[in-house]
Amino acid sequence: MGMTLVEKLLAKATKQPVVKPGDVLEPGVDLAMSHENAALVINQFVEIYKGTGIEPKVWAPSKIAIIFDHRVPAESSKTATNQKKIRDFVGKQGITKFHDIRGDAGGICHQILVENGYVVPGLIVVGTDSHTTSHGALGAFAFGIGATEMASVWTLGSVLNVEVPGTIKVNANGKLPLHVYPKDLILYLIGKLTAEGANFMVLEFHGDTIKKMSTSGRLTLSNMSVESGATSGLIPPDEETLRYLKEEAGVNFRGELMKPDSDAKYDRVIEVDASNLVPQIACPNAVDNVKPITDVLNVKLNQIVIGSCTNGRLDDLESAAKILKGKKISKDVRMLVFPATWRIYKEALRRGYLADLMDAGAVIMNPNCGCCLGVHQGALADGDVALSTTNRNFKGRMGNPNSEVYLCSAAVAAASAISGVITDPRGVK
Amino acid sequence: MPGHTSKVAAVLADNISTDIIYPGRFMATVLPTETPQYAFADNAELNKRLKNKEIPPNSVVVAGANFGCGSSREQAASTLKGYELVIVARGFARIFFQNAVNLGLRTIVCPAIEASEGDKLEILPDKIVNATKGKSFPTEPLPKARQAIVDAGGLIPFTRKRLLEKSSKH
Repeated sequence: MGMTLVEKLLAKATKQPVVKPGDVLEPGVDLAMSHENAALVINQFVEIYKGTGIEPKVWAPSKIAIIFDHRVPAESSKTATNQKKIRDFVGKQGITKFHDIRGDAGGICHQILVENGYVVPGLIVVGTDSHTTSHGALGAFAFGIGATEMASVWTLGSVLNVEVPGTIKVNANGKLPLHVYPKDLILYLIGKLTAEGANFMVLEFHGDTIKKMSTSGRLTLSNMSVESGATSGLIPPDEETLRYLKEEAGVNFRGELMKPDSDAKYDRVIEVDASNLVPQIACPNAVDNVKPITDVLNVKLNQIVIGSCTNGRLDDLESAAKILKGKKISKDVRMLVFPATWRIYKEALRRGYLADLMDAGAVIMNPNCGCCLGVHQGALADGDVALSTTNRNFKGRMGNPNSEVYLCSAAVAAASAISGVITDPRGVK
Repeated sequence: MPGHTSKVAAVLADNISTDIIYPGRFMATVLPTETPQYAFADNAELNKRLKNKEIPPNSVVVAGANFGCGSSREQAASTLKGYELVIVARGFARIFFQNAVNLGLRTIVCPAIEASEGDKLEILPDKIVNATKGKSFPTEPLPKARQAIVDAGGLIPFTRKRLLEKSSKH
């Protein structure tokens, strides 16, 4: 019996010819990522060594990445103190993949990892962030873990008790229509799967829609796979992966491009005709409460957000800038734009996208996770309604339990900014 | 402590997210001893009952499917551990479940559980008996590998043991 992609990745990582769902493994870790929650990881790491007489030392300083992104620059003295503690630890332990608050190297962790060539096909990647699933877009088995588990990884260099997950295959075929984006495809899928439909499983994406999709779009699919409960969202690496690595991450990858076997066994196969998709909206307060935009037109908005690890990339800013160039954002809404990294920020600046967005009335923020999880900037007032390209709309997500969040693509966000109500970008002249 | 009897302190719906259990705005708080005060912070009544100690240790929170969906934030598990709650749910989200096992928060998968606030539950190794309703519901055992972490008293002592084994080999 053949193996799915995740089975192949885990077989390779544990040097076994075959693994099957339910097997419990302890794969070595190639990359271990944390953000500001490294402060908690450090506490737990030190705790592990307590009473052992052994000096706390991470297993491989070059395999640890720490990126400040959730609350930068620090919004409180508490955060600032945590960040200082992490800086001291990074220096002491010799951790090399450290991205501090800097205009030449900073940004949101998941995007930083791919831009800098830290992730290549075939790796085992763990991160103390649930959207670590993003890196499945490059054919790595990447998943989120908690802080104590990360402390254990820092100690042992392996991740304990990984049960080989079952796989749901997604076959997406057909050309995405104008103004319909990978974000619409993943929202549609989450609506179909439900928020728990892929719990303890992985999604594996196939079909000509994916073949023709840029790595940026693939990152959006993998990023939000976790919203269906998936451990990871995997895309078999191909020519586009090699192109991305070479042209955008500066990596000449010569390793194996692992593919699932043609006789791999899937728990379920989902077929999607991408050519029939329309823009999708996840309505409050659940990511799987997904409706075609035609069902939710004209909902009045107070805040619009473009950004995050889901949709803060250059193509997202481009689609928004093209819609908003020469137009004005409604006086009734405020629009916040968070480019995912400073590299994206600078390129969007060079291409004029940011000027177009500012001229329309948007506020350009520094790259960070911002209001996506309600910790820093852009909090909502009681009764506020937000439309956002971020990845979650749980109750209280943007910092206020008495507000509502709708999720969409950057094009829907931009079209809606003009009118101040949820608007179909396909009708905007 | 299988076989213990306790009262249902609260009954929650499906898809209780980590944002509901522990809102993101409190994430700068990293010490487990500080986190309990923010448990269910946006559910003012439940938060108040917990803080006022109206809910004694070992009380049960019964939840629906997909409890703990969303973030990897470990505070969502440590905040509940702070009150020594036992979470009985129809199902859990993966990262939360793993965090709970690692930190020693008791989580029990009981796909058919039926309970109301105030019901008396007896938690047995393979089932939960709702004494108030006179019904019993089978539970799913923890996977063996996770049971080993529970038996070690959590991931920290478990990894410490592995570290000592590893260093004695060198």
